[in-house]
Amino acid sequence: SLEVVKSNSDLVSDTLTPEAKVISHNNFYEFGAQKNEPQENAQKFNVDPWSLTVTGEVEKPFTLDYQQLFSVFDLEERIYRLRCVEAWSMVIPWLGFELSKLIKRAQPTSKAKYVAFKTLYDPEQMPGQSSRFLGGGIDYPYVEGLRIDEAMNSLSLLSVGLYGKTLPPQNGAPIRLVVPWKYGFKSIKSIVEIKLMEERPPTTWNILAPGEYGFFANVNPEVDHPRWSQASERRITRGGLFTRNRIKTQMFNGYGEQVADLYRNMDLRKNY
Amino acid sequence: MSSYRPSSRTIIILKCFVHTIALVWALYYYFLAINDQLGSDPVKAIIHFTGMSALNTLLLTLMISPLAKLYRLPWLLRFRRLLGLYAFFFACLHLVNFIFFELQFDFSLFIEEVIERPYITLGMAAFVILFALAITSFKRLQRKMGRQWQALHNMVYLAAILIVIHFYWSVKSDIIEPGAYVLALLILLALRRAKLLSAYYRRSN
Repeated sequence: SLEVVKSNSDLVSDTLTPEAKVISHNNFYEFGAQKNEPQENAQKFNVDPWSLTVTGEVEKPFTLDYQQLFSVFDLEERIYRLRCVEAWSMVIPWLGFELSKLIKRAQPTSKAKYVAFKTLYDPEQMPGQSSRFLGGGIDYPYVEGLRIDEAMNSLSLLSVGLYGKTLPPQNGAPIRLVVPWKYGFKSIKSIVEIKLMEERPPTTWNILAPGEYGFFANVNPEVDHPRWSQASERRITRGGLFTRNRIKTQMFNGYGEQVADLYRNMDLRKNY
Repeated sequence: MSSYRPSSRTIIILKCFVHTIALVWALYYYFLAINDQLGSDPVKAIIHFTGMSALNTLLLTLMISPLAKLYRLPWLLRFRRLLGLYAFFFACLHLVNFIFFELQFDFSLFIEEVIERPYITLGMAAFVILFALAITSFKRLQRKMGRQWQALHNMVYLAAILIVIHFYWSVKSDIIEPGAYVLALLILLALRRAKLLSAYYRRSN
């Protein structure tokens, strides 16, 4: 279990998704494209030793080892809604630190306009990376990116735990991104490299299907996925088939107050 | 090759066996889903289960006549309607699950999805075909409709094609599993090449 200095739990009214569901319903194609496969295939994933490199357009590039992921920054609990692009959602108590703290530590140069993230590439440990059958046919390593102002927003979290414990491998151990106003696929897992860049970095789902998944991927009930509606979602909580769990999707997943300003004067239909 | 001919009694027992498997199979999954034991998202799981069961049962139905011909087992044909009706049964459950549990009775959303989402449009079109085949599946109606009955029931191939595309378009990225179904369907259609071509030429004349 991890020590936490503060929590936003008193600000959140949503019912938490039970831990058993948070750790068994995962999109982590490196361990299989079915929701239950990451839990089944990831348990032997070795995360210690680990190395997370912060590099690119920075004055002071650095690398964190496994222990440092938990000790360099104070850990706080952040309860966030997670909205998957597949129109289901969860409410998860993450533990971690603000991405901005990590970026500031590296002292970005004036050229740093974007932040690129990369997942570990290790086909021996991640069977989905070497098998089209398991990995859903996407190119590995998984890569993601944010604009620098998005990355510096105080909501952007690097998570090292959930429900008071270190992250289970299927949830992106030992360290993952959580960007709660964007669709879940932006929240890249098992990160080994964070690179500040002048150019916009390529992102995995955008490469695979540019007409369906944009770079921004902000939760937006008014812009449908070409193959399904994004106007509402089903909240994964307790209960079986008869649970009435369909709710309206909120603009920016309900975080508009904190992030809407980032997209002033932008056409969000074009920049989906 | 084979001259095995089961008695009527054996046929009845075999049919009861098919009923039992299909119904127990479905009930078991619903039991799990209702009790929140079918993975983290029982709604998605039950929709997927009934959809795949409908497709699998339909392909099984389409396998019967090639098998009966190849192994000279004409009695197999007596199971074709039964399996076809179970394909329709699972398709009904699939649609009911989608409306009841996924959309939770939001009928305006249902209409919108059917019109706007090509894969759902195809799924609904296939369902309408299966519905038409199911309600005309009685022997008496078959005799009454004569040639028209056969023309109507040839639509089963169209339904199968629509369903396989519906599955293909519904998945997020994986193409191997739907690809395998495309292949299986192409084989089943190829086995009927002559019949399908002659039906096509008759119509275009």
